[in-house]
Amino acid sequence: MKLVVAIIKPFKLEEVKEALSEVGIEGMTVTEVKGFGRQKGHTEIYRGSEYTVDFLPKVKIEIAVQDDAVSEAAQAIVKSAKTGKIGDGKVFVLPLEDAIRIRTDESGESAL
Amino acid sequence: MKKLLKQLSGFLLIALLTAAVFDTTPAIGQDEAGPVDEYLELVEASGAEYAPAFDFFTVSMLWTVIAAALVFIMHLGFATLEAGLTQSKNTVNILFKNVWIISIGLISYAVLGFNTHYPVDSWQIPGWLGINGPIGDLNADGGDTWGYGGLSLAMTGYGDFIFQAMFAATAATIVSGAVAERVKLTSFMVYSTILVAFGYTIAGSWHWGGGWLSSLGGGDAAFYDFAGSTVVHGFGGAAALAAVLILGPRRGKYTANGIKPIVGHSMPLATVGVFLLFFGWFGFNGGSVLSANPGPLGLVFTTTALAAAAGGISSILTSMIVLKKPDLSMALNGLLAGLVSITAGADSVSVWASVLMGAIGGVIVVFSIVFFDKIKIDDPVGAISVHGVCGIWGTVAVGIFGGASLMSQVIGVIGVYAFAFIFSYVVFLVIKMTMGVRVSEEEEAGGLDIGEHGQEAYNIT
Repeated sequence: MKLVVAIIKPFKLEEVKEALSEVGIEGMTVTEVKGFGRQKGHTEIYRGSEYTVDFLPKVKIEIAVQDDAVSEAAQAIVKSAKTGKIGDGKVFVLPLEDAIRIRTDESGESAL
Repeated sequence: MKKLLKQLSGFLLIALLTAAVFDTTPAIGQDEAGPVDEYLELVEASGAEYAPAFDFFTVSMLWTVIAAALVFIMHLGFATLEAGLTQSKNTVNILFKNVWIISIGLISYAVLGFNTHYPVDSWQIPGWLGINGPIGDLNADGGDTWGYGGLSLAMTGYGDFIFQAMFAATAATIVSGAVAERVKLTSFMVYSTILVAFGYTIAGSWHWGGGWLSSLGGGDAAFYDFAGSTVVHGFGGAAALAAVLILGPRRGKYTANGIKPIVGHSMPLATVGVFLLFFGWFGFNGGSVLSANPGPLGLVFTTTALAAAAGGISSILTSMIVLKKPDLSMALNGLLAGLVSITAGADSVSVWASVLMGAIGGVIVVFSIVFFDKIKIDDPVGAISVHGVCGIWGTVAVGIFGGASLMSQVIGVIGVYAFAFIFSYVVFLVIKMTMGVRVSEEEEAGGLDIGEHGQEAYNIT
């Protein structure tokens, strides 16, 4: 099993959700985060004083998938979240040791 | 449970004793007659010479109490504006201070403020100082009709009291915005009580209370402050400046690399606040006509509204040109700047003069806000600029556009501002030396809501 973590632009969330649904992934956890990579922040002004905002709002999606579904899932995210402009985000694939469904106590792949 | 009951009976005992001391027993005796009969009796009892004007008196009194309610809602305006322009970790504290101010403002005005503001014949130092005691039954001895003010005041004693009482607390609440996010709560509670009970009332007695300012110049050359650009707004702004100088800026605002803005957490709240203030100002200026006299009333509503609008436009343009971007908080401050700028002369300047006065106020306020930041005087809401600086302009402008003597206006400004500044400085300094005025560095970082109140404003699950 793997945990696929993706950081994307917030307005892309719906599109990514639909794309994942099309490859059979219906469950996910979404968090609102801030961050930056190579995308620089921007300058804002408040009551006459300028300041830079480096941290930009992003959305983090986490999905637990079976090993043979990872590449499909990752591709779905990449395609649907891409704008071609800087700041599109990244996808990370982490090894997942176990998963447990709380309601039924199932564990392993049947919990996904 | 037992402990609660003991405390409750203790409080009840104190309340009963207080009631007995202040004579809260109402007039006993229910009239058989209905309200219309009572009114006719009142008219007849006043005397024949007042009968033709009695309807005017009644309508005027009605307008006065409505205006008092409008001025009251300005406190909600202050509360939401200040909350919007400060950080969410301090919101409970800001709102709390505003609840305190209206409460202590009204009570202290009844206990000693009203009679100190208007000493009539009981001055300790005639024209300068007349500290007096609580209000009694203001309806007594003809105070419920012309007996109160004769032909020069179309309201009852209570009408006068409640209208002025609402003004009093606005002076202290101006300071609350300037000292926000770092002032110690209990110290502010003590300071604001003294400021509204004594500072505001003594300064006000000099002009509206018949003191030295009201006879300055005399006749056409008299000092003129229609609704309080100086005695209310200027007083608050100058007092705020003194407090902020002693208090110091918020940590992290002025760094070696320049100003690091501390952004307000809710522009919607700030906007709601300013519009509530604008709304209430119709009572602030409109009620200061002190009657329902149609001519001045219509004029004052018009000059007030147009000055505000002009202030908004000019601050927007100034913000776009000088600061490169149209800043919402500056636009909001611009509306207020226009309002403060017209407050001294709303009934004595032409409509186009009011537009000009408001417009100039809107430009001044933008530069003033930036200026104070440059000299490292931290004012989170721009209170010193809006009320203090524009209060000067609004008062002096009456000497330019409203026919008052420029010299009298300047002297009045200097007199009241100097007093407000010194009074505030001394009181705040004494409090600093005894109680301290500032929260700890840790508390400021974690937020006053947790530090002072142990509760948060936004509990989002």
